[in-house]
Amino acid sequence: MLKRVVFLVLAALFLASCAPAAPSTPGQPSPAAQQPRYGGELVFAVDAEPPSLDAHRETTFAVIIPLAPFYSTLLKFDQYNYPKVVGDLAESWTVSSDGLVYEFKLRDGVKFHDGTPLTSRDVVATYNKIIFPPQGVISARKALYSAVESIEAPDSRTVRFRLKHPSASMLANFASGWNWIYKADIIEKDPRWYEKNVLGTGAFKFVEYVPGSHVVGKKNEDYFIKGRPYLDGFRAVFMTDRSAMVAALRSGQILINFRSVTPQERDDLVRALGNQVVVEESPWVCSQIVVLNNEKKPFDNPKVRQALTLAIDRWNGGQYLSQFTFLKYVGALMRPGSPFAMPESELEKIPGFWRDINKSREEAKRLLREAGVPEGFSFTLKNRNIEPYPSLGVFIIDQWRQVGLQVEHQLLETGPWTQDLRTGNFEAMLYFNCDFMDDPDLQLLGFLSPERSPVNYARYRDPVLDSLYDQQSRELDPEKRKQLVWQFERRAVGEMAYQLPALWWNRIVVRWAKVQGWRITPSHYINQDLVDVWLAQ
Amino acid sequence: MYRYFVSRLLMIIPTLFGVAVLTFVLLRLIPGDIVMLRYGTGALVSEDVLQAERARYGLDKPIYEQFISWLWGLVRGDLGVSMWTGKPVAYEVAIRLELTLQLAIMATLIAVALAIPLGTLAAVKQNTWVDYAVRVFSIAGLAMPSFWLGILMILFLLIFFRWSPPVVFTPLWQNPLANLTQLIWPALAVGYRYSAVSTRMMRSALLEVLREDYIRTARAKGLVEYLVIIRHGIRNALLPVVTVIGLEFAFLIGGLVVTEQVFNLNGLGKLIVDAISRRDYTMTQALIMLSAGVFVIVNFLLDICYMWLDPRIRYQ
Repeated sequence: MLKRVVFLVLAALFLASCAPAAPSTPGQPSPAAQQPRYGGELVFAVDAEPPSLDAHRETTFAVIIPLAPFYSTLLKFDQYNYPKVVGDLAESWTVSSDGLVYEFKLRDGVKFHDGTPLTSRDVVATYNKIIFPPQGVISARKALYSAVESIEAPDSRTVRFRLKHPSASMLANFASGWNWIYKADIIEKDPRWYEKNVLGTGAFKFVEYVPGSHVVGKKNEDYFIKGRPYLDGFRAVFMTDRSAMVAALRSGQILINFRSVTPQERDDLVRALGNQVVVEESPWVCSQIVVLNNEKKPFDNPKVRQALTLAIDRWNGGQYLSQFTFLKYVGALMRPGSPFAMPESELEKIPGFWRDINKSREEAKRLLREAGVPEGFSFTLKNRNIEPYPSLGVFIIDQWRQVGLQVEHQLLETGPWTQDLRTGNFEAMLYFNCDFMDDPDLQLLGFLSPERSPVNYARYRDPVLDSLYDQQSRELDPEKRKQLVWQFERRAVGEMAYQLPALWWNRIVVRWAKVQGWRITPSHYINQDLVDVWLAQ
Repeated sequence: MYRYFVSRLLMIIPTLFGVAVLTFVLLRLIPGDIVMLRYGTGALVSEDVLQAERARYGLDKPIYEQFISWLWGLVRGDLGVSMWTGKPVAYEVAIRLELTLQLAIMATLIAVALAIPLGTLAAVKQNTWVDYAVRVFSIAGLAMPSFWLGILMILFLLIFFRWSPPVVFTPLWQNPLANLTQLIWPALAVGYRYSAVSTRMMRSALLEVLREDYIRTARAKGLVEYLVIIRHGIRNALLPVVTVIGLEFAFLIGGLVVTEQVFNLNGLGKLIVDAISRRDYTMTQALIMLSAGVFVIVNFLLDICYMWLDPRIRYQ
């Protein structure tokens, strides 16, 4: 009898988990869910915990996703029209014809959550903290604003940025989701106050933060957009275990994970919940790169580096790896499909991106012979021990094996991996790049000479690339800029093959259909203010 | 008895000092530090800025200076400030202690409630189907990791009831129902495994005791069997069982990492692992000292318990 009961329970568990997937309806809100509805608490998962509460100094999404609803930025990206920039605190703005002066008019009647009015002085103090941080204060993205010479507040509602030279990316940089506007009185007194406290002008007021557990926000009744937000509040729950997160999403304890789920998690959720969930996918401004240590032999030889990139079958690799990892799209240094990305017809001309993998591999073998690299030459690929790194590492090693190389795969915990990456203690290493926007100023920064870029881990110097970067950065004509960016890419990853772009990520967000007013964007660092989000039931 | 008590108490000091030295040194042997992990990649900051940040954490000082300063704080009861969150370690521990303690107590109660009756029953009914059933039950408990049992429980609840336990902790005194609906599942998963060890210990200890001369004497003088078992058997068999229960309880304070992750519990086990992976030295050191302290205190209490259970220890 007992055996029978056990058998029945196990059989039921097995059958239930194997049930066929119901079709999902990506992007299709239910008919009843067209009219925004007020009320309700949005509960969502966050995959990591914030080290501090100050977005200016941190680099993890774990700060942005739970805390962005408390803050406003000067500009922001339009979630329905990315990468179009729209005003957040700025009501309007002008850019001088020479591209050297940006002037912003702030909205009237904006209040901090303590009731004090926001003025241009707050914006100036905030940007001074970001661009010209005081001694001992870290500003993680200061380098993006190196063109800014000074910031002024001619009156209480106007902010003026003066630039040393034109910068094509500057307007988009003002829409960065990291640049929360802080209160001047506070940061002038203690620039580190925001590391442990929250006070903004966002759509939600801070209620509580329990480290390791959750962040709670409630509706800001004085929010500067009348009628918003729709939600009464939100609860961001820290869930570092994937199975716990998926179980909670499946049971409706949480309604969305804004960052992403894996393809298997998506399939499991769709199979279990059918039309109750909506799946949204987007190419992600995140990619994996093989960093070759250009200071070590034989990787100082461009022929060897070219051979290594030629050996990788990215087109088939993307198809294969996308079945179980975030990795999917083939591209050079700009996200495939983004405004400055090469079309496939151009990309296919770059060594390593040829469609004919047999031809590529023959060429790789020839280059290795020419460089004097013997058959069976061995080296180590150092890699991080969290997905999708190991899967990609195994794939790339197999690709290199097919041109006669013997590569050892060394998986490291994040600490040693970071240390080796920064100190150059590696031959080849898998790295990632993840940003809040597609602009070339941001995407190409890691490929400049080390004096210009603290994130050039491949340790090479190339004045040609540095010059091309400056030219594209100051070029205000998008078409001309695009050509300069392509020139940069052809040299960096084709001709010189300093670093090898592997694959770009695919962002997959599964949300309960009742979560409305949120649209996926190519970055999880933006569009997290929850201003337009509402619950259908 | 007084000497026994004092000698046990004094042994705590060198034990904790040894743990402190080992923890401090071993942590610093792991490659990478908190600054490297936090700003090593992604942040567009130079090496100079990273060095300044290291200095702010005191990581630029010689290792012996760091050790003395930390130890001095410890002696004064100051656990320091978490390098990761910038909040006092005592605060970070306090917000997690209630959940961890409650889970440990619930799991212990479940384990004791299962282990003592089942172990006794198996010993008394040795080599009958009851004994076999109890042994299968306890071997299954030993074989199944509690986190795996936890995953099965969650899957079962999801598939049959489309429900999973709450993901945010509610204190017992605030809402007992919400609290119990969250914690009963991990407590069952952990308590079952914990009971398996104790059941087997209880069974073998009781079997041994039941073969003693004084048990035969008790039976010979006409004492009813249940009184023989309870008064003379169980009490004498409890000594090793209490040891196991005590040590397991100490392990639960900080040792339930995977179970806490599976049930998304904000407990001390998860905090220790997070602190190590983040190279949060102050937090890790404090938590390991706390964990060691709990072990040492539990051991001390067990020693006291032995005196109560076995009068011979008292008179030695």
